[in-house]
Amino acid sequence: MSAAKIFLKQSGEVTRDLRQRELVHAAMGKYGAARTQAESRFQDWEAARVAAADIKDDAIHHLDRYLGEFANKLEARGTKVHWAGSGADAREIILKIARARKARSIIKSKAMTCEEIHLNTALEEAGFRVIESDLGEFIVQLRREPAFHIVFPAMHLTRRDIGELFARELGCAPAENPEELTMIARRVLRKEYMAADIGITGANFAIAETGMVSITENEGNARLTAALPPVMITVLGIEKILPRLEDLALFLPLLAGAGTGQALTCYNSLYGGPRQPGESDGPEEFHVVLLDNHRTSLLADIEQREALRCIRCGACLNACPVFRNIGGPAYGTTYSGPIGSVITPHLRGLQDWKHLSSASSLCGACTATCPVHIDLHHHLLRNRRNAVTQNPGFLERQAFRLFAFVVNRPALYSLATKVARALQPLHRRIQGTLIDPARPWTQSRELQPIAPQTFKEWWRQRT
Amino acid sequence: MVEATNMNPRETILSRIREALASPRAGATKSPPAQPIGSQAAAGSKGPTLATALSWRATGADGFKDRLELFQKNAIELRADFHLINSLDELKTRVKRLKASEGWNRVASHGGELTQAACAALDVPLLWTDRGYAAADLEACDAAITECDALIAQTGSVLVTSRTAGGRALSVLPPHHVVIARREQLLPDLTAAFELLKTKFAPDYPGFISLITGPSRTGDIERILVLGAHGPKKLTILCV
Repeated sequence: MSAAKIFLKQSGEVTRDLRQRELVHAAMGKYGAARTQAESRFQDWEAARVAAADIKDDAIHHLDRYLGEFANKLEARGTKVHWAGSGADAREIILKIARARKARSIIKSKAMTCEEIHLNTALEEAGFRVIESDLGEFIVQLRREPAFHIVFPAMHLTRRDIGELFARELGCAPAENPEELTMIARRVLRKEYMAADIGITGANFAIAETGMVSITENEGNARLTAALPPVMITVLGIEKILPRLEDLALFLPLLAGAGTGQALTCYNSLYGGPRQPGESDGPEEFHVVLLDNHRTSLLADIEQREALRCIRCGACLNACPVFRNIGGPAYGTTYSGPIGSVITPHLRGLQDWKHLSSASSLCGACTATCPVHIDLHHHLLRNRRNAVTQNPGFLERQAFRLFAFVVNRPALYSLATKVARALQPLHRRIQGTLIDPARPWTQSRELQPIAPQTFKEWWRQRT
Repeated sequence: MVEATNMNPRETILSRIREALASPRAGATKSPPAQPIGSQAAAGSKGPTLATALSWRATGADGFKDRLELFQKNAIELRADFHLINSLDELKTRVKRLKASEGWNRVASHGGELTQAACAALDVPLLWTDRGYAAADLEACDAAITECDALIAQTGSVLVTSRTAGGRALSVLPPHHVVIARREQLLPDLTAAFELLKTKFAPDYPGFISLITGPSRTGDIERILVLGAHGPKKLTILCV
C-alpha cells in the first residue's frame, strides 16, 4: 500500500476513536492555557520570535563554518565527532562503537534523530538491549508502538491503560494513580541506568562557540543517561547549531514556552566532553554523531530552507486541527504535524509524501504559533506546487480544464447550475453510498445544497 | 554532487553544505524566495540577540531585595524549598533538622567550604564524590548536599557545573538535593548566568553545566504533574 493510502486508512480510524480524541483534546487544552501564560512572560514575544529566527538563519547560512568550529572545540577536549551522511552511516557508526565496547545494555533518553534513523531496531537486531528512559517513551516502547506526539509520546493513553500495561509487562501490582505509576517506572529504570554500558541521547542545541551540546528535559533521565554509563553517544541533526553560548538565554525559555508552556524546563544541561581531568565522574568516552540524512537537500532549497530553523518544540502539532484529530502515528513519519508535512517530502521523497501537504486546512495556526517564524502553511502550498510541477496528474488537469471552460462561459455555467439543482434530490438518495460519484467527500460529510436561486436570478425578480 | 571518493565524511558533508549554500535551487520553479523574516537584522548586526533575551520577562531585579523576592516567588511555583540563612550556625541547624525530619542515613557531598561546614554537623556516614565513587554507593544515599555557581532570579534556577557541584550525578541521583548558595551568587537573569560562565571559565569550561529549575518532574501521564520522575523529588535551596 502507498504511504498516501496508509495515511488515509489510519487517519480515518483514529478520527472515529472518540474516546482518544477527547483525551487528546483535554491534554491540548491544558497545554494551551500554559502556553498563553508562557508567552506573557516575555516582554515582547513577537520580538523574541524574530530574534530567534534571525539567529537560526545566521547559523544556517554559515553552517559549514559553525559546524567546523563546533567539532574542533569538542575534539580538542577529547570528544570523538562522527559525521553521518545518511541514516545507514549513523547506524553503522553507533553499532561499531557498541561492538568495540562489547556492550550489552543501552539506555536511551528521548531523541527524534534516533527515531529518524530507526536506531532501536538496528541495535536490537544486532543483539543489544535498548531501554527508553523518558517516561512517555518508556510507555510506548512497552506497547511496541510509535510515539503519539514528539514532545508528549503517551498523551493518547489514560492512567488505566498505563496501569494495565505496567501490570502486564512489568509484573507489578495494578496501579492507577499517576504518581504511583511514575514511581514504578522510576524504580525499574534506576536499575537500567546503573547496569547500562552505553547511554544514548539526542540534543536540542549545539553551541559552536564553546563546543557543547545542550539537552533540555524535565525528568532527569537524560542527565542520568549522560552521567552513569561509561560511554555517552549524542545523535543530532546538523541544523541544531547555535552560534554563541548566550543565544541559549533566548532559546531555552523559547523552547520551554512553546514546547510545554513552562518558563524553563527542569534540566537544561550542557556537555562539552567526556570526564575531564580532575572531575569526579562522567563517561570515559563521549561520541557526537552529526547527522545530515538529506538536511543538505533541504538547505539547497532557497524557498524552504528556513524549515531548518525548527527546534522541534511541537507547538505546530498542538495548534493543528488535523493533528489534534488524527495524532502522530497516522502520518507514518518520524516528524508529524505541520512541520513533518513540510520536511518529510525533502527527507524521504516528494512524490511519496506529497499527500501530507494536502492534509491541511491551510488555516495558518501552525505559522502563527511557530516560535522561530517558519512560514509553515505556505510551505505546504509550495510542496503542493512542486509536486504538481514535477509530476502533473492527468485527471486533475482535465478536471480543471473542464472547470475553466465552464466558468468562462456564463450561459453554460448557468445551465450547469440548473442541471445540478434538478439532479440534487436524486443525488440525495444515493449520497454516501457506493454508487455515489461524490463518495470520497460524502461518505463522512454532507454536500452543501445548491442555492435555490442564484444571486442574478434573485436580482432579476426583485426589480 | 562533488563527492570525491577520497574525501573523509567530515569534508563530504561540509562540501555538500557549501554547495547547497552556493548554488541554491528554488523549488521546482523560478519564483522568488520567501522573504526571510527579520532578514534586515540578520546581516551582521548582533542587535536583537542580547536585547531580546534581556527583555524576556521583567526581572525587576535591580537590587538584591528584588532578586530575592523574585527567586522566592519562582521557587514556590516550582515547588522548591528556599530559605535565607543568616549564619553558618543557622545553616548547620537547618541541615540537622532536615536530616532528623527525613531520617537520612547516608549523605553524599563534595569538598567545599559551605558543604564541609554543613556536613560536619551531620552525624551520618558521608560519601565524598570528589575523587571518584561507586554509582551504587551514591544511589544508596538519602540526600546530596552541593554548592553551586549561581542562582537565577528570573527563572528560579540553580546553575551547577561538574567542577563546582561535585560532578555530573551528585545533583541528580539521590532523592533530595540540597543546594547551599551564597547571597552574592544570586543573579538577575539567564543572560547574566551565561556571562558568568564565560568570565569564570572560558576557554576551559567544565565538562558538564546544568541549569536546575525545580525538582525533577513529569507530566507524561494525562498531563498530571508528578515530582521526582527520575531525579530528586525534593530540591532545597539554602542561601547563606
